[in-house]
Amino acid sequence: METVVKRLGVWALVLLASIAAIALTPDAGFAIHMGIVALVAVILIFATASSYDPLAKAQSIFNMPPGPSRYDDDVIRWGVIATMFWGIAGLLAGVFIAAQLAFPQLNFEPWLNFGRLRPLHTSAVIFAFGGNALLATSFYVVQRTCRTTLALPGTARFVFWGYQLFIVLAATGYLLGISQGKEYAEPEWYVDLWLTVVWLAYLAVFVATILNRREPHIYVANWFYLAFIITVAMLHVVNNLALPVSLLGAKSYSAFAGVQDALTQWWYGHNAVGFFLTAGFLAMMYYFVPKQAGRPVYSYRLSIIHFWSLIFLYIWAGPHHLHYTALPDWAQTLGMVFSVMLWMPSWGGMINGLMTLNGAWDKVRTDPIIRMMVLALAFYGMSTFEGPMLSIKAVNSLSHYTDWTIGHVHSGALGWNGMITFACVYYLTPRLWNRERLYSLRMINWHFWLATLGIVFYAASMWVAGITQGLMWREYGADGYLVNSFVDTVAALHPMYILRAVGGLMYLAGAGIMAFNIWMTIAGKVRAEAPMGETAHDEAADRPLPIPAAAQPAE
Amino acid sequence: MSNTANTGAFEGHKKIERNVTLLAAATLGVVAIGGIVEIAPLFWIDNTIEKVEGMRPYTPLEQAGRDIYVREGCYVCHSQMIRPFRDEVERYGHYSLAAESMYDHPFQWGSKRTGPDLARVGGRYSDEWHVQHLKAPREVVPESIMPSYSFLAETELHVPDVAANLTSLRAVGVPYSDKDIAAAEADLKAQANPEADAGDLAVRYPKAQIRDFDGDPKRVTEMDALVAYLQMLGTLVDVNSAAAQEELTKGDKGR
Repeated sequence: METVVKRLGVWALVLLASIAAIALTPDAGFAIHMGIVALVAVILIFATASSYDPLAKAQSIFNMPPGPSRYDDDVIRWGVIATMFWGIAGLLAGVFIAAQLAFPQLNFEPWLNFGRLRPLHTSAVIFAFGGNALLATSFYVVQRTCRTTLALPGTARFVFWGYQLFIVLAATGYLLGISQGKEYAEPEWYVDLWLTVVWLAYLAVFVATILNRREPHIYVANWFYLAFIITVAMLHVVNNLALPVSLLGAKSYSAFAGVQDALTQWWYGHNAVGFFLTAGFLAMMYYFVPKQAGRPVYSYRLSIIHFWSLIFLYIWAGPHHLHYTALPDWAQTLGMVFSVMLWMPSWGGMINGLMTLNGAWDKVRTDPIIRMMVLALAFYGMSTFEGPMLSIKAVNSLSHYTDWTIGHVHSGALGWNGMITFACVYYLTPRLWNRERLYSLRMINWHFWLATLGIVFYAASMWVAGITQGLMWREYGADGYLVNSFVDTVAALHPMYILRAVGGLMYLAGAGIMAFNIWMTIAGKVRAEAPMGETAHDEAADRPLPIPAAAQPAE
Repeated sequence: MSNTANTGAFEGHKKIERNVTLLAAATLGVVAIGGIVEIAPLFWIDNTIEKVEGMRPYTPLEQAGRDIYVREGCYVCHSQMIRPFRDEVERYGHYSLAAESMYDHPFQWGSKRTGPDLARVGGRYSDEWHVQHLKAPREVVPESIMPSYSFLAETELHVPDVAANLTSLRAVGVPYSDKDIAAAEADLKAQANPEADAGDLAVRYPKAQIRDFDGDPKRVTEMDALVAYLQMLGTLVDVNSAAAQEELTKGDKGR
């Protein structure tokens, strides 16, 4: 195998060199010759590679169980590893940019300035970490709830690798300054087109698997996954409508401008949260919480009611990002009212998840995965209460443009999305790699507490920062003039920015412990540790006290 | 499965749960409604963007500066949307009108103020202030946490095809004339070069500011472009000459 890799490496280098030569040479004839060299390199790569089975090698490196599984889980194993990798990358980026806000000397122009790094963080955590978690879990859940293997297995592999390519193109693009300038939709037109292709393939695999199902009834988790996939496709296509200046260049101009672009962007942006980060993750919750708890979902009827009301109401909430801007008032009012109504179906999801633990609440004491799931649902409830509150125009007049919004985002992202993803990966890993148990259960507990503490630091510091900003901006003196210059508010926030970075660092540390735990589990190791939650049973003491012979009734 | 689940609407739901095509179609229908009701009318209701005097497309140099603003992610820390609050108007100037961003592809209203709003920063500071501040923010404002952008002053402005940029913008609705597109390259160079003959640039783009912006008259750099863009923000519309509401609604179709 080593010779094959060496040969492939050599021809790959030749290919890269000849492509570089084609790009750099001013001499057309030379370019054509380099094209011939490139073609030869490609042919030799094919010839060498066709004698080589990369899957066998990958299976041995990643300890993947040999032989046909009952379900087609290879893509899911890759997805779990990708989720952990991109999770660490995204959190690291987050801690770094948080540090930049506290210590601006950490900006290194041009590629590592905050303005270029911020989308790296947001895309890494939402699309790379969250996206891979959704891919992996959706492929896992749809197979088991339909009692059939993944339809279109080749396409499923294309979806995984195509999605990784999307991530790499987006991330490298941001550092290079390739950005459409719209939040969570920064990748340029050609990367957007590639994602559309990958996404349609994802829809095809998911729907085809459901069509092949041996279980007549479609389980509730799949309604949420399907809504997530379909709605994200709609949002992505409409918000990214743009005209490239040239088919040989990255630059494009958005089809919409000003007010219309603003609402299109926040219809997209809010529903990226609503469908990517909520509906998709509720799907995860609906499978993994009942499975881990060993209890059925609390209420079938509640799941129906909150599913349809959630997907209907969420879409309307976009204008709450545009209160008191030049967006027409009628649209702002609609956004506010629907956002407040949205509180109900969101809590419907939280209630359904938490109440599923009825009859199994003692597991919160003994099972750290359940602990994470409960915390995730609690933060989901907290964020989906805070959100509607922030959508009220009067509240928003203080909070808009401040760090309160950032605090809200992160209590939801770290508390709900992060924690439920961690819980699902902890659930999946031993099963996917045929291990008896995870390397260490106690490390899950350390992770749980580090993450929780991190979120508390993050949210609290940002609440204080946001309200400080809002109040300082509007503070008038007795003389009737504004008291604070803008930079006074920047200086006032410095300690909060440091505390926020500390919170993020704790959260990253927890994720680092998890990465180690998962790594060791895949490697087949088991940590010698005291079992969790077991108090020793003293047989002799476990009986009622004897009644004294001369007992007197109480006076 | 309990009997109570078989009542009324929940009975009908079983049909959807056993048919993925129905489920998918119903889902798509339900999620499409909100967008259509909220976004579509913005394209045909007249007073979504009230007509104002003074709005014009960006000059090629200003557009190049705007493209740099987008590239560097400035909108991540700076908003360009002043809200109609007493304190905000006092700090930043007249609240932003919808028309003032009507040619902004994409809009850059922003969602966070790590730094101040820039909607009316045009003319507020001198060119030298902007250049010094962009090169080393803390030398001008010690408490600032803004990154430095000195590389802009060292980088010659290179727009691969200015005319193609304007052509694309026209295709998405910005009213550039044929003359504007033909003169795009010349306009780009002339606006930042005091030696060059700007021709009728100031006629085709009223209130266009023509001078050297970055303190280096020999070169047209990215700094020139960005400062040219910053210096025109909020300056096009004479916000103090706002007509009374009755004047505005004359001839309005009442929507």
